[in-house]
Amino acid sequence: MNESETTVTPKHIHWESTGTSRIPFEVYTDAAIHSKELDRFFYRNHWCYVGLEAEIPNIGDFKRTVVGERSVIMARGEDGGINVVENICAHRGMAFCRERHGNRKEFVCPYHQWSYTLQGNLQGVPFRRGVKQEGKVNGGMPADFDPAEHGLNKLAVAARGGVVFASFDHDIESLEDFMGPVILEYFDRLFNGRKLKILGYNRQRIPGNWKLMQENIKDPYHPGLLHTWFVTFGLWRADNKSRLVMDRLHRHAAMISTRGAAGKSGQVTQVSSFKETMQLHDPRFLDIVPEPWWGGPTAVMITLFPSLILQQQVNSVSTRHIQPDGHGAFNFVWTHFGFEDDTEEITQRRLRQANLFGPAGFVSADDGEVIEFSQQAFESRPLHHTLVEQGGREVGDTDHMVTETLIRGMYEYWRKVMEI
Amino acid sequence: MDFHDYFDLTQLYADYAAAVSSGDWDLWPEFFTEECSYRLQPRENHERGFPLATLFFESKGMLKDRVYGIRETLFHDPYYQRLVVGTPLVRKVGGGRIDCEANYAVFRTKLSTETTVFNVGRTIDVVVRTPQGLKFESRLVVYDSELIPNAIIYPI
Repeated sequence: MNESETTVTPKHIHWESTGTSRIPFEVYTDAAIHSKELDRFFYRNHWCYVGLEAEIPNIGDFKRTVVGERSVIMARGEDGGINVVENICAHRGMAFCRERHGNRKEFVCPYHQWSYTLQGNLQGVPFRRGVKQEGKVNGGMPADFDPAEHGLNKLAVAARGGVVFASFDHDIESLEDFMGPVILEYFDRLFNGRKLKILGYNRQRIPGNWKLMQENIKDPYHPGLLHTWFVTFGLWRADNKSRLVMDRLHRHAAMISTRGAAGKSGQVTQVSSFKETMQLHDPRFLDIVPEPWWGGPTAVMITLFPSLILQQQVNSVSTRHIQPDGHGAFNFVWTHFGFEDDTEEITQRRLRQANLFGPAGFVSADDGEVIEFSQQAFESRPLHHTLVEQGGREVGDTDHMVTETLIRGMYEYWRKVMEI
Repeated sequence: MDFHDYFDLTQLYADYAAAVSSGDWDLWPEFFTEECSYRLQPRENHERGFPLATLFFESKGMLKDRVYGIRETLFHDPYYQRLVVGTPLVRKVGGGRIDCEANYAVFRTKLSTETTVFNVGRTIDVVVRTPQGLKFESRLVVYDSELIPNAIIYPI
């Protein structure tokens, strides 16, 4: 690609072709590209995850979180609706909300006690009319000061099935159109209207570029190789019945798989991570009971670009929130949940199977590690590239998992939006 | 509680700290009874009443499975860990058990890098006397550390 005079990109990135089967290390290492990604993916035109309705069940409940790198507050208003506002006081710009959750009748910035309704409307400015002293009025805001113009920055909000998304950009398509019909089907399978029950959080900081986590869950090639538990116990491996699907823009994806036989099988288990003789001392880790809503698949992993991963791995379900922090690190927040009609037994099963996932998980702990070591190499040699050619160089849905097509698809979209 | 019992208790804590700082992970399950509970839980979940734990083990068998995972199945950067434990605070003695707790800090040293504070918090424990000496019947490790530095592989 030639750089023209009108190119506004911070610097020339070398792609080997017009395709995306070779990804320049620079997309992970450049601060200016990162800022542009925040602007074009997190702050414009994309619905970003903020939380679950079950986290703020009552009027006045709030949760502080982020959209991209900006602090926001999700709160349930007096009308029962959900509001999302930016955590910046309209007066002096302070990030006033310090608790991460709680219940309030209003938001008050402690600095000068400007107060806002749960919808983010400015309702109180101390000494707005000045202070009377010895027959005269000292100070006060100018006569034309209009509180209606100085509320908190309000985000557009969309909720479906108990999951809440927000957007700084109000001129945005519906959440349903954003996901597209193919992904929506799998979203609705998980969030089918039942009330959710929060089981708890795990928070980790991964020193790698945020896109690497999207790529990790768009890469069905690695789980049966890196993750001994998956290949040995047949939970996720190359000979499982599976499907990979994308939205029409190839930004979102779902990896759908059905658990196959454990044990030895042809080429699939000729890998060092397969442990033929491995037996659990306590098999309750894998005490899996199929649930009616699965409708067949035992695992569906959804990537919603750019901010969210939705996990169903047998009885363990969670949201995983990607919170970028500069080009070289992101915070990764797991919210495990269950459903209101869960029995005590199924709740225990979800908690037990959560041992496979999260920052210490028998499976997921490895993922953070490989992301860290990839980033280390990218930083040391930014002009090199990764090779994403398993299953070809094209982009398309497949009926197997021996492919990196979803990563190629994501970068096809990335190049279009980033114009590089 | 007499001096002899308190001495045994402090030895148990000291032994445990030495074991999980030694790199010999097979030592770890032996500090527990067969039917035991080990949970490593963020303080946030503990205080808000959420049951999710980062590690959630319900038997000595599960602890042994974790040891196998550390050695054979979990790909990770090797690191040293050093667990430093405060003096155990005895909350209650009776019914054949000791309810006690202690503050702790874990320092991590990765190869060729400086040492960092990895994880801090307190343990909330139930200790029982067995023919093999004092053992943990239950150990709840509640950590303050808000962000796990990538991954926790070894037991705390």
